[in-house]
Amino acid sequence: MAVTKTPPETGAGRAAGGDRGPVNRRRARATAGSGRMAALLVSPTLVVLAIVVLYPTLMALNGSLYGAKGLDPKTGFIRDTEPFVGLQNYADILGQAGERFWNAFWNTTFFTVVTVGLETLIGVGMALIMHEAFRGRGLVRAGILVPWAVPTAISGLLWRWIFNSDGIANALIGQQILWTTEGFQAKVAVIVAEVWKTAPFIGLLVLAGLQVIPKEVYEAARIDGASAARRFWHITLPLVKPALLVAMLFRCMDALRMFDLPYILVGAQKHSVETLSMLAHHEASNVRFGPASAYAVLLFLYVFLIALAFVRLLGADLIGDVGADTHKRKGRRLRIPALRRAEVTS
Amino acid sequence: MKTRITRACQCSAAFAAAGLLLSACGSSGADGSGQTGATSFEGRGPITFVSGKDTTGTRQPLIDRWNKEHPKEKVTLIQLPSDADTQRQQMIQNAETKSDAYTVLYLDVVWTSEFAAHRWIDPLPGKQFPLDRMLKPVLETAKYRDGLYAVPSSSDGGMLYYRTDLLKKAGITQPPGTWAEMKSACAEVKKLPDAKDMSCYAGQFQKYEGLTVNFSEAVNSAGGTVTDGSGKPDVDTADAKKGLDFLVDSFKDGTIPKEAITYQEEESRQAFQAGKLIFLRNWPYVYSLAGKSEIAGKFAVAPLPGLDGPGSSSLGGHNLALSSFAKNKATALDFMKFYTSEETSRYFLKEAALAPAYAAFYDDKALVEQYPYLPVLKESILRAVPRPRVVQYGDVTASLQQEAYAALTGSKSSAQALKDLQKDLQQKSAAQ
Repeated sequence: MAVTKTPPETGAGRAAGGDRGPVNRRRARATAGSGRMAALLVSPTLVVLAIVVLYPTLMALNGSLYGAKGLDPKTGFIRDTEPFVGLQNYADILGQAGERFWNAFWNTTFFTVVTVGLETLIGVGMALIMHEAFRGRGLVRAGILVPWAVPTAISGLLWRWIFNSDGIANALIGQQILWTTEGFQAKVAVIVAEVWKTAPFIGLLVLAGLQVIPKEVYEAARIDGASAARRFWHITLPLVKPALLVAMLFRCMDALRMFDLPYILVGAQKHSVETLSMLAHHEASNVRFGPASAYAVLLFLYVFLIALAFVRLLGADLIGDVGADTHKRKGRRLRIPALRRAEVTS
Repeated sequence: MKTRITRACQCSAAFAAAGLLLSACGSSGADGSGQTGATSFEGRGPITFVSGKDTTGTRQPLIDRWNKEHPKEKVTLIQLPSDADTQRQQMIQNAETKSDAYTVLYLDVVWTSEFAAHRWIDPLPGKQFPLDRMLKPVLETAKYRDGLYAVPSSSDGGMLYYRTDLLKKAGITQPPGTWAEMKSACAEVKKLPDAKDMSCYAGQFQKYEGLTVNFSEAVNSAGGTVTDGSGKPDVDTADAKKGLDFLVDSFKDGTIPKEAITYQEEESRQAFQAGKLIFLRNWPYVYSLAGKSEIAGKFAVAPLPGLDGPGSSSLGGHNLALSSFAKNKATALDFMKFYTSEETSRYFLKEAALAPAYAAFYDDKALVEQYPYLPVLKESILRAVPRPRVVQYGDVTASLQQEAYAALTGSKSSAQALKDLQKDLQQKSAAQ
């Protein structure tokens, strides 16, 4: 939440220069008096954020500098304290366990790129269908949203039955593929299940974006003789882009943390579908909280970088809108409700 | 997000606990030496009993009976999810925060070493339990470094289920005692027109705890070992290779159907009940379920076959342990005696078909009539080899699964897999 909002401002200050700069400065001076009031009003949020976000993150960072408690061979008991090992956990992850880490890293990245890509395509399609006025629209909308309402763990079980060796997936394709074994087919199974579940999320956010596009824009285009494809490409897409980008950002962050679906659908320790979260879980479940924290920190950094890149993308877009034609200014106004909606669902 | 925060919280909690200990240790270093039997079992009052989901619905009635007799020392049943990994994690979380919410723990037999070494459970006074009447291999699972840290509650051993109707039709009177006999029996049975499409044998070969069990059984049944008595790995041997090769070759020549690589207990049971398998390795729970299926009356059990003679099973089952951080330990000890008594064992055998730890039940005529598999199970348990009893069991079982799976799927030769496994296990035991 905090991340998504700040950078556009700084980006605006730096890149837009000319007309935006003075405005910002004037506003800064004007708020000096009411600044304290603002700080007071924001402080409860900041305190809560500090407790639930900042503190655990710092503790994880700290924890990642400690090794696992060793076994004292004389007594046969585990020692009481965790030794301070500095950055050894990170060195081990990237050195000794490097192969496993990079495999998980690429799996995570692969899943994120492929699933978010497919979800975007399908989600936009869903949104366009849900947006059309036709008989039974409510039913279609509800139907499309059902997968999103199913908890991931449950959908994992569901798809495990579908991808069973005697399951319906094999019956449909008339071949016996062992989906839950190591290999590319396991990746396919995870991607199918993930896309099935989360494409409606993008569909929902894009639908919200579609609903605020004024009809007149389309009418004007139609009068000018624009084809349906052109209208989609030049009106719909640019105008839902802000909402779409936010949806994709949330999906990316979610997909990077993917854990339950591969864990339940395919199983633990299957290298073809092992993600970074699963590595952290494996360490934590074997009572090695230090290395587990190190994995979690690395994953956190990765997610953070991707989020930052996305926000930059959004921010750049924000500036591009300013001073451009009227269509785009409308697009800018859309952003705020879209953002808020996204916050609610996250 | 949620998982990350809980993880971080766990870490921080563990961390805080470690910090407390640091300062505590300075004042009373002797306390940490962990002499067995030093625990005092004091305090009476309400306690909790923590187990997985009570799927058979038999635990609560028993606890109700206890509560009726002990109104001031009531036991509350805390049910954890039915998945074993989750149970272990919740118990560990409870221990790491030194919470007194859990008193008596229903531990899987393979967790004893880990819980004992972390001092999450108390050493128990062995003299107060009728241990000498229990089966020895079962009792061993409750010990860590010669100290008793748990009391056996139920046991479990693998058995070979086979189709009596088909074997009879093919003119085979005896269930196979060796792998070779099993394969030749299959060849005979498959000559029958109604068994043409059946597969010979299956166990549990999905990459999970079941694979550890099946792999260890194959290795032990060929005369090999995974780890020796003191937990040292010794798996890169010719005997172990013969065991693994039986599984690998069976997959290659179709003795084991190729979809068995995805089988857990339930999938393999369903395949057997659906008439896809002639032989199945599984636990005793299958007996009553298969008895209600289409193949009722057409199957029987035998001890697991091996390379040159009867094979060795892995040991399953559960033990009761006492959380170190609990209150009212005197009550807890009494409850544990009650829960592991012969009377209770009889109740669980009858109501939930749980294999008892007591030797006498297996020869009880009335019981054997009701549960014809008991003598076979006794043999299975007596010849059973416990899974590696090591502190870092989670790591060891992960390595076993990793290498066995690689060999079964053909991505490694069995020799290479065993070599890598030996190296991996050595590294892990050195790291302790």
